[in-house]
Amino acid sequence: MNEVALLIAATIASGTPLALAGLGLLLNEKSGVVNLGAEGMMLVAAIAGFAATYHSGSEWVGFGAGALAGMAMALMFGVLVIWLNTNQYATGLALSLFGAGLSAFVGINYVGKNLGEHSTYEVPGLAQVPFLGEAFFKQHPLAYIAAILTLAIAWFLYRSRAGLVLRAVGEAPESAHALGVPVRGIRLAAVLAGGALCGIAGTFLSVVYAPLWVEGLVSGRGWIALALTTFATWRPARVLAGAYLFGGVTMLQFQLQSEGVQIASQLLTMLPYLATIVVLALISRNPTWIRVNMPGSLGKPFYPGA
Amino acid sequence: MLSVEARPQPSAAMSVVSPLLALALTVAIAALLFWLLGRDPARGLGVFFVEPLSTRYSLAEVALKSTPLILCALGLAVCYRANVWNIGAEGQFLLGAISAGGVALWVTTANIGAPRGVMVPVVLLAGIAGGMAWAAIAALLRDRFNANEILVSLMLVYVAQQLLNYLVFVPWKDPLGFNFPQTKTFVATTLLPNLLPQSRLHVGFAVALALVAIFWAFLFRSWGGYQLQIGGLAPAAARYAGFSARASLWGAMLISGGMAGLAGAMEAVGPLRQLTPHVSTGYGFTAIIVCFVGRLHPIGIVFSGMLLSMFLIGGELGQSRLGLPNALTGVFQGLLLFLLLACDTLIDYRVRWRRAAPAQEDAQVSAAGAS
Repeated sequence: MNEVALLIAATIASGTPLALAGLGLLLNEKSGVVNLGAEGMMLVAAIAGFAATYHSGSEWVGFGAGALAGMAMALMFGVLVIWLNTNQYATGLALSLFGAGLSAFVGINYVGKNLGEHSTYEVPGLAQVPFLGEAFFKQHPLAYIAAILTLAIAWFLYRSRAGLVLRAVGEAPESAHALGVPVRGIRLAAVLAGGALCGIAGTFLSVVYAPLWVEGLVSGRGWIALALTTFATWRPARVLAGAYLFGGVTMLQFQLQSEGVQIASQLLTMLPYLATIVVLALISRNPTWIRVNMPGSLGKPFYPGA
Repeated sequence: MLSVEARPQPSAAMSVVSPLLALALTVAIAALLFWLLGRDPARGLGVFFVEPLSTRYSLAEVALKSTPLILCALGLAVCYRANVWNIGAEGQFLLGAISAGGVALWVTTANIGAPRGVMVPVVLLAGIAGGMAWAAIAALLRDRFNANEILVSLMLVYVAQQLLNYLVFVPWKDPLGFNFPQTKTFVATTLLPNLLPQSRLHVGFAVALALVAIFWAFLFRSWGGYQLQIGGLAPAAARYAGFSARASLWGAMLISGGMAGLAGAMEAVGPLRQLTPHVSTGYGFTAIIVCFVGRLHPIGIVFSGMLLSMFLIGGELGQSRLGLPNALTGVFQGLLLFLLLACDTLIDYRVRWRRAAPAQEDAQVSAAGAS
């Protein structure tokens, strides 16, 4: 019983960074821009956040630094893609490769450093409920924030005027431009929001989840988060559900190991990646479904006045 | 004010100038970085960009490390020209190394007495098959299930690395290897012959150069290569002409997978002579940069492959001579690709300095109205 509660708690902890990054990339992609640099942004933010936390002693300073680092990376990407019309795939890839190199370089002096205990937030009253309290209400504050953010983004996209404008920019940038919407500015704002959330997700990994720095710490979670937006057919609630699903798969491998299942750890480590491939294939199987839900101009450059 | 305007036609000159400009900017930023790190910029640049070319041995090392880069990048060039986004060359490289290493290990332990002239081709073919099989997974899922090949091929990199880890930690571990995660050293009949005495350079480099010529002919002088590229440039036109999009997807994936597999095989039975978890130092990812810097062109790839190989050697020298972290190479690599993409804007656009542009337009309008 108690073990199940702990497994649920661990699943939420492991799903939270995926959810944060996935939600950021969702906003990013709703504007019609796909940023394959998620992994690089998360890596750079992870080390920036780790270093800031290490020197300041406050993880909130770390999260601020991580968000800024993510945004700085996203800005480089955004200027190239939105104003210089470079290929989005190639530019995102460049950002990922650059981020991997930069984070490894900056992080060398932080390998093996400890941060000490991080904060958890017990929801008053609810945390004492047997089982449920252990499973859901003794998390890091960001775990709750991720869930609330999902609702906020859903409201923003489908119930607010600004969200409507964002979706219009992603669906039909030419029409939005004709209506006087500043397409490029909105795209940049969306890219920056994506960078900030990927940055917070990366910092969560290095400061709360791991909590340590090693080269390549993010280990593909940026790419899984990118896949999440497709799984979720660009719906916020489904991003959150998908993130917990993958958090669960990641935790399953530790659970199996601790129960002494005779499978080599290397093979179990493959699980989240294999699961991503399988789910991606299952969801993408119906091309119409993807086409109907995908932002209309995703991946295509926009030339005002053309 | 500065303004960016579209050129009537893409500039051919700029497509050559752009990589050089990006390189110049990378070197300038590198100098700045050395200065910020408290090193003499001139000495730093010397170590990174001159010393790798200064001795016979280091030149051989540059050629050695350029081999896997050129091989992988040739395959990727075909892919990207066909608009197939295989970014998992790293995984296909690892599978090539695993398959070739597996065969070499079997030959070693089972004491197969076949001559080198037979064994080496068999080992390399196994590597090619391994890389192709890994790429085929991404192609199959794309073809049958419409799954994005970018994400699938990338996920398969992590799976491939874990597979390699598993093999060298458990079933293929050398029982006499002091518990290190590594296989036995392969028997000599499976190893690539040397190309240059007193160096590690093997015949793979010559093979890579021969393949450059073959890929050039395939891309620019063959019907198959033409079909593949039209599919990438103008899918609608390709459909109209009856070229099969499925055929170009499969063709591009299998060619690039096979090339990456060959590169992995050559690494395993070339300089390494055994399998360890660190068979690749990111060659498959660096090859993406090589491919773009080389303009997706076989000849360009030779130069960019040498350049990025020089970065790798420079990083090692920087570590031993200047005490700089080897990771600096990754920073320069990423920076180079990033700056290249920015500079590539100059191919399709030109930057002009215009004064009071709106007023001029007004003048033209009124002139037109007056006439």
